[in-house]
Amino acid sequence: MDLAFTPEQELLADQVRRFLAERYGFEARRAILRSREGWSRAVWAGLAEMGLLGLQVPEAHGGMGPAPVETLLAMTAFGKALLLEPYFSSAVVATALVGQLGSAAQQAEWLPALASGELVAAPAHGEPGTRHDLAFVSAAAARRGGGWSLTGHKAAVLHAPAAGLLLVSARTGGRPGEEAGISLFALRAGEKGLSLAPYRTFDGHLAAEVLLEGAAGELVGPEGGASPALEAGFDLGVAALCAEAVGAMQASLDATLDYVKARKQFGVPIGKFQALQHRLADMLIHLEQARSMSYLAAMRAGSADVRVRRRSISAAKVVVGKAGRFVGQQSVQLHGGMGVTDELMVSHHFRRLTAIELSLGDTEHHLERFVENA
Amino acid sequence: MDLAFTPSEQAFRAEVRAFLEKELPAEMARAVLEGLHVPAADTVRWQKILHRRGWGGPNWPREFGGTGWGPVEQWIFEEECAAAGAPRLLPFGLKMVGPVIMKFGSPEQQRRFLPRILSGDDWWCQGYSEPGSGSDLASLRTRAERRGDRYLVNGQKTWITLAQHADWIFSLVRTDPSAKAQAGISFLLVDMRSRGVTVRPIAMLDGRHEVNEVWFEDVEVPLGNLVGKENEGWTYAKFLLGHERTNIAGVGALKREMVRLKRIAGRETRRGRPLSQDPAFARRLAEVEIELMALELTNLRVVQAEAERRAPGPEASLLKIKGTELQQAVSELMMQAAGPHALPFRPEALDPGFAGEALGPEHAAPLAATYLNLRKASIYGGSNEIQKNIIAQAILRL
Repeated sequence: MDLAFTPEQELLADQVRRFLAERYGFEARRAILRSREGWSRAVWAGLAEMGLLGLQVPEAHGGMGPAPVETLLAMTAFGKALLLEPYFSSAVVATALVGQLGSAAQQAEWLPALASGELVAAPAHGEPGTRHDLAFVSAAAARRGGGWSLTGHKAAVLHAPAAGLLLVSARTGGRPGEEAGISLFALRAGEKGLSLAPYRTFDGHLAAEVLLEGAAGELVGPEGGASPALEAGFDLGVAALCAEAVGAMQASLDATLDYVKARKQFGVPIGKFQALQHRLADMLIHLEQARSMSYLAAMRAGSADVRVRRRSISAAKVVVGKAGRFVGQQSVQLHGGMGVTDELMVSHHFRRLTAIELSLGDTEHHLERFVENA
Repeated sequence: MDLAFTPSEQAFRAEVRAFLEKELPAEMARAVLEGLHVPAADTVRWQKILHRRGWGGPNWPREFGGTGWGPVEQWIFEEECAAAGAPRLLPFGLKMVGPVIMKFGSPEQQRRFLPRILSGDDWWCQGYSEPGSGSDLASLRTRAERRGDRYLVNGQKTWITLAQHADWIFSLVRTDPSAKAQAGISFLLVDMRSRGVTVRPIAMLDGRHEVNEVWFEDVEVPLGNLVGKENEGWTYAKFLLGHERTNIAGVGALKREMVRLKRIAGRETRRGRPLSQDPAFARRLAEVEIELMALELTNLRVVQAEAERRAPGPEASLLKIKGTELQQAVSELMMQAAGPHALPFRPEALDPGFAGEALGPEHAAPLAATYLNLRKASIYGGSNEIQKNIIAQAILRL
């Protein structure tokens, strides 16, 4: 039983934190947020240089994966800094999907490019009617010539505008709600019949509605049998989001502590008031419980026992979802009027925490999934 | 990072499990597993069984006759004992006064008192709270005045758990009335059979006799029963509060109670189906189970910090808050699972020897009493509000 990090892991975490402190301060981030592209290729290159884009890429393809603990540490650091780059979509979920489902040729083509940062990929799975249930896929793929033609609508596809490669789920059989019959396809950006309606999410990330109108796709993995890998890939994504949320909560609590120690009313720092002290103690308890579950999620995301994996991941998302909501909301509350401005990091952390709870299954969804896998 | 226990830790777990299978009396385990009362005599008997095996002091160093186990071994031991239904060891000697005597007591006190804690021959109780001194413990007024070779003790202590069985009480008393609050307090060991000691039961909401008032009226206590130095008792009391608290959340027992809750939810029915399959109830149960998963890991992080001698400090407050909240939540769900079956009030049905007819399902008898009883958990040992004050001051530096 060991719940600590190795010196090498601590070293990597330090390196990431230093990089972000130098390159991703409030103003630097704001500049990226307001840029037309919405993310920084220079930062992306820096992440690649530290090896972070290769954490899900096997050594044979130029990465250092699988590296669940390193991913946890990197995501926690990203959560503090509120990284806007498409790390979670590309370097975590999409890379894992290629690793799980890609043929030898596809892996050889994409994995080294993903690890080097040359290629950005994003999974496109959710649809208007999917909500959080992975099996509700209606987009369809039909054979056309030697390949496949895709039609359908993928909703709120995170980081799609930054991606050169979309990994799109579509039915080659079965009906919406059935796990069997779902396949995964790779589509190049700019492909004929593929159109994006890009926008920003309320926490500043890039996203798009993706319309498929006879777009050509390349099958990745077994026809009709992508579900187990999709679920595993998104479970890995949940683990990463949990770690990111812990970083965001920590930063949010730290900022709130600084604020209540400095802000004076009635002649004393407001942190001297017991009502606020107890709120902050509750925030700390939520944070530490969430941190513990982010460890569990990281360690169990790759578990061979699917039931254990599902229960651990869903339990983690429940704890993190509730904790993120509490810590985010209360950080804003304790900052008073300043908390609801755009000028302080705390409202940005709050927005990110809110978005994380809605992503890859909300608290209710994962509570239900935990029960179903009893 | 690795969630699995090491091979040597697993071997230790197997050893503990084998011991429990062989040595834990079945009727004792039954009482614990079904939430019935464990008679005082059984608590002592279990301590003696452990002592025979050399395990009477699971948290004690070898030099004082303890096992010398590290924090992880202690964790495994407590977890296995709880799962098997072993009676809870009395904390007053093993976890409270014992470590204080080891650290601050004289060699003579160590020789005299420590072996009898291990052997189960002495039952200790804790004399801290007074009617006017609860959370503000340092305002206590029980006084001890020197009279030649002894102290004369006068005052009233309250909420003394299981004092009715106790041979000894360790007590905080005021030895210097002129000093400010904490400064004039001493740590005194008092024989419960001394003339002038009176124990009066306090009737509690669950019908049990668990806590007492203890009155001292001109009680004579030899000077040799003072621990450490006069007027420094507060330091020792604080040491005690920061000590032996890594298992304060009672995760092992919580996991056992979770199993009982599931068993009950599987037997009770709603609309013809087991309650465990009722979506609303199943979710509430899952929420508690998930919180417990998180608490177990948080607690293991503290255990590991202690094993690596990174000081486990005020996190104990966090464990106390979450642990007691979950104990209360689990007992509440059990009672609600039983619904109207939890209503009959028959304290005698909780005695292991009870031979009467059950009213409703047998599992229902202890549920309300346990729920009522456990309201104490967020009040004792420093109320959860006090724990939040500690977190605010010691961790958050507010």
